[in-house]
Amino acid sequence: MNSTLRNVVLAAVVAATCLPLMAQAADPPDDTVAEAMKASFEAKRQATMDRLTQDETQTLCTMHARGPLPSDVAAKVAALNLATIKAPADGQYLGDFKQGEVIASTGSGLQFNDDPQQPAGGNCYACHELAAKELAFGTIGPSLRNYGKLRGDTPAMLEYAWGKLYNSNAQTACSRMPRFGHRGILTEQQLKDVMAFLFDPASPVNQ
Amino acid sequence: MIARARSTIWLLSMLVLAHIGAAYAEPSSQDAIAEYRAMFGDENPAELWQIRGQELWHQKRGPKNADLSACDLGLGAGVIDGAYAQLPRWFADTRQVQDLETRLVTCMTTLQGLTTEEVLQVKFGDGDKKSDLEALSAYVATASKGKKIALSLAHPAEKAAYALGEGLFYYRAGPHDYACASCHGEAGKRIRLQAMAKLDDAAGAQEAYTHWPAYRVSQGELRTIEWRLQDCYRQQRMPQLKFGSEVAIGLTMFLAKKAEGGIMAAPSLKR
Repeated sequence: MNSTLRNVVLAAVVAATCLPLMAQAADPPDDTVAEAMKASFEAKRQATMDRLTQDETQTLCTMHARGPLPSDVAAKVAALNLATIKAPADGQYLGDFKQGEVIASTGSGLQFNDDPQQPAGGNCYACHELAAKELAFGTIGPSLRNYGKLRGDTPAMLEYAWGKLYNSNAQTACSRMPRFGHRGILTEQQLKDVMAFLFDPASPVNQ
Repeated sequence: MIARARSTIWLLSMLVLAHIGAAYAEPSSQDAIAEYRAMFGDENPAELWQIRGQELWHQKRGPKNADLSACDLGLGAGVIDGAYAQLPRWFADTRQVQDLETRLVTCMTTLQGLTTEEVLQVKFGDGDKKSDLEALSAYVATASKGKKIALSLAHPAEKAAYALGEGLFYYRAGPHDYACASCHGEAGKRIRLQAMAKLDDAAGAQEAYTHWPAYRVSQGELRTIEWRLQDCYRQQRMPQLKFGSEVAIGLTMFLAKKAEGGIMAAPSLKR
């Protein structure tokens, strides 16, 4: 085998060995997924096509969905999202816990078959345990049973919980919990009502 | 005999529907689901779709007045035994990776001369408007019952479809930042009382994929994977997933490949 041929063969072997590895390392296959999404959906009522376009947080969290989140990415995502949190305009964190309970139990909102005139729900029970009497709770998120009773309602605690509801990714980068305030899923008043559901001593969460 | 089977199954469906209406008001819906499965015993209303699909398969239809006995689902003309367990796959005649439903559309248009619009007029049945595609899917899928799922990724287009599906599974978007993985990325979790399968590993994917198509009791319809996927995206707050689209095929390829080795048990009965 002459040296040129040997080099060609060597290069081919190296390429064949490395290419699959390289393909695996390149996380989202460039724009393939985004392009396929655009070609495969059509707008339906309030579910418009712009929903397919990722913001920076979604892009970063998608890129690292299959491995541990590198600390620099986590810090970047947290900072991006922390900057979005707005405290209640009147400084009052707590609304009506009874309304909050309805929001926590309601799963509809923003789907193309939902009535856009109706307020969206928070669907907290899909993932969290809350009031003792509601047995149909999900387990993707931690139990929030006795939330306020266990933690108290200090200003720091209220601010923490508000931030979690407003934009979960500020405290836990790439959390699976929706960013209810930042993404406009729940209104400021609805967020206050959910806060009351968590903290009010009379709320079934704390009974 | 078929007529009698039909009336028995309808009667059971009505009884069970009434029963579920009551059961949904109670918190222990998991028990209620087990209970209505028991009520059905070996009976599954999916059989009605399967019987109608069988009739449709053998019926001469369309401008070409042909049945579907020459339809090639990947194992040769007219072979339906085990065909569903090796789909989606690349088809040289259409130069596409196709799932069961899109391949049936190809057969109905090329062999029977029906137009795509005609075939897709009722993609998903609703009450009196029944879907021929759902019926045919039930018939073909039943012929894979007990067969082991085994898919080829030999063709570059099959590989590409799988890679796309994998990328889609983790793709976060929409107002809620949801990806498929948000709910189906961890084993042993539930949404409300509904257990969520982890679909990116074999055990979870097999458990889920081998049971579709399924008769959905809450809807009174037989549903296919195409329906299941577009309904997942609805709940993810995405726009409408198009039937037979790249995303639909890619995700189906990903799920089916993950479920490889699983034994087909469809059509099943689901809430």
